[in-house]
Amino acid sequence: MFGYIVRRILYMLPVLLIISIISFFVLQLMPGDFTTAFRLNPRFSKAQIAQLEARYGLDKPAYVRYWKWITGIVTRGDFGYSLETQQPAFDALFKGRLGWTLLISFGTLIFTWTIAIPIGVFSATHQYSVGDYFLTFVGFIGISIPNFFFALVVLWFMVSVLNVGARGLGIGGLFDLQYVDAPWTWAKFVNFMWHLLPVLIVVGLAGTAGLIRYMRGQLLDTLGQQYVLTARSKGLKERLVIWKHAVRNAINPLITMLGMSLPDLFAGAFFAAIIMGLPTVERAFWNSLQRQDEYVVMSGLLFFAFLLQVGNLLGDVMLAWVDPRIRYD
Amino acid sequence: MTEKNTQAVEEKGVSQWQLAWRRFRRHKLGRAGAVIIGLFFLMVILAEFLSPYPHTEQFRDTTFAPPTKIHIFDENGKLTRPFVYGVARTLNTQLWQWEYREDRSQKFSIRFFVRGFPYKLLGFIPTNIHLFGVEGGGRFYLFGTDEMGRDIFSRVMMGSRVSMIIGLFVQVISLPIALLLGGVSGFYGRGVDMFLQRAFEIVMSIPTLPLWLALGLALPKGWSPTMRFFGLAGIMALIGWAGRARVVRGLVLAIRSMDFTEAARAAGAGDLRIIARHIVPNLLSYVIVSVTLGIPGAIIGESGLSFLGIGITEPMVSWGLLLSKANNASTIQSYPWLLIPGVFITVAVLAFNFLGDAMRDAFDPFRVV
Repeated sequence: MFGYIVRRILYMLPVLLIISIISFFVLQLMPGDFTTAFRLNPRFSKAQIAQLEARYGLDKPAYVRYWKWITGIVTRGDFGYSLETQQPAFDALFKGRLGWTLLISFGTLIFTWTIAIPIGVFSATHQYSVGDYFLTFVGFIGISIPNFFFALVVLWFMVSVLNVGARGLGIGGLFDLQYVDAPWTWAKFVNFMWHLLPVLIVVGLAGTAGLIRYMRGQLLDTLGQQYVLTARSKGLKERLVIWKHAVRNAINPLITMLGMSLPDLFAGAFFAAIIMGLPTVERAFWNSLQRQDEYVVMSGLLFFAFLLQVGNLLGDVMLAWVDPRIRYD
Repeated sequence: MTEKNTQAVEEKGVSQWQLAWRRFRRHKLGRAGAVIIGLFFLMVILAEFLSPYPHTEQFRDTTFAPPTKIHIFDENGKLTRPFVYGVARTLNTQLWQWEYREDRSQKFSIRFFVRGFPYKLLGFIPTNIHLFGVEGGGRFYLFGTDEMGRDIFSRVMMGSRVSMIIGLFVQVISLPIALLLGGVSGFYGRGVDMFLQRAFEIVMSIPTLPLWLALGLALPKGWSPTMRFFGLAGIMALIGWAGRARVVRGLVLAIRSMDFTEAARAAGAGDLRIIARHIVPNLLSYVIVSVTLGIPGAIIGESGLSFLGIGITEPMVSWGLLLSKANNASTIQSYPWLLIPGVFITVAVLAFNFLGDAMRDAFDPFRVV
């Protein structure tokens, strides 16, 4: 097992290297570069722009810049710097943001699983009932609704139906203005939860709907197995048959999804961050992308690719961990 | 026992396609999906006929007008043919917003097959007949208007073209790549297979959305809307093919070592004949299902990028672009009808998911009818 993990991690390195080359190439496809905004500004003379270019190394060919950047990472762990704020690229992406991103991601995961598993179990144990049909239909909608549209619908619901403006509650961001710089108090925590809940709903909807469907299907398969019949004929309580015998086995394949859903959370969190104004890594990435802040964008792409790889690895490892039949060697 | 036997006799002579069709017909949601998709494509074809106004026409005197109310009872409470009242507006000087109300002195009946702006039906029949409209200077905005006073209903109709067709387009680009590379990888095996498998893995480990964002921004600003449409389709096809190619590889590998393929090879059939007669027919059901389930992803992708302003640009319209007007809470609060295009995106995606699910079940040979 240990050898397998090491091999997988070693395999990640060349993959990430190739992805970094591809993304650098993609970045060069973009029209203009960081200095474009200065060029359009008549207050900057040609000489000043040339100076800027030289300072940022933008006058050198792309492959030279790529080589400098990648050797910096390999030899010094230096991911370059933000052309805009001059701070290291890592700080530009993560400083004060990574915590929120992780919190939202893991919060969504917990939210998704605690809601989806019981609903999936209910759907499977009440197959073809009205409740099952209803939940299946809602699940389909959850999978189909684009998350940016859902975010807008949630906003609409809050402002027009709950009428939050009239109740003195703000929307968007993670805090109301008066709490942003305030020390943590109970009131601040409540305010934070109020802002976090719609975010979790928006980011988690598609995952929840998908998980309900998988859980239902898996459990239906498991319930047809002979050991379930045996457990029932032993006179075991139905609750124990379902939760101890069936669910435990049905949940195994879903564990893989847990790891693999890591990058999926990005897409949901991305639109939520933009529409609801959250201080997350996704938003920093989008800002730097729009300004063509080269090294920050590159580091961001690399980070997301890394997340994808780690997610897949975690999925495989967790599956082996919960299912003794699976062996990697 | 006897019952089983007679059933088996009856089943004889039923092809795989007939079986699939039989299973599909029993799938209610799948049928509903197919009907909705049919209607949406009808909308694509007849967009101008369904639009009461040209989608680019700006009615500057009715910006951000709410959906017009349809009345079927007149002032005396008598049932009449549907009509709308005229529109009057006053400026709310506190919010600096126009407030609309009905001008009860003016009445316009809603008529069907009215004459309106000229267009070419199906692209070649010149006509000016539209499904519905009001005559005599009245205005009828079924879904309200946007910030330039353009009729959102007409824009949604026209937007269906980009939104529905881009899904098909992405499949047309990505599928041949997946079939070719996956097929070669599975059929020839060995070194080619090793190399291509690594390639699939690498493409699959590129994070999709961040790359789409970067590529969307990379589309040259000077491109015409049509060029951008093709560019967007290309962007979305760029990553999607890899996962598919991997499945195709697995399928081809399995079919290649099936007894009937081995028999054909033993009988002296060449590669081309084996591919055409044995491999392609067995891949077909996967291809159909994967195309149907791939379309909604492309629809969502296009609308997401257009929503961010890096997809389709004016004067072209798509549902995502229409939705981009409603990107903040205060706009949504004041003009909630701007959200209507999103309902169309959701219903289209839902219908494709229903249809794809039903087809997957229908083609599953291990499912008993």
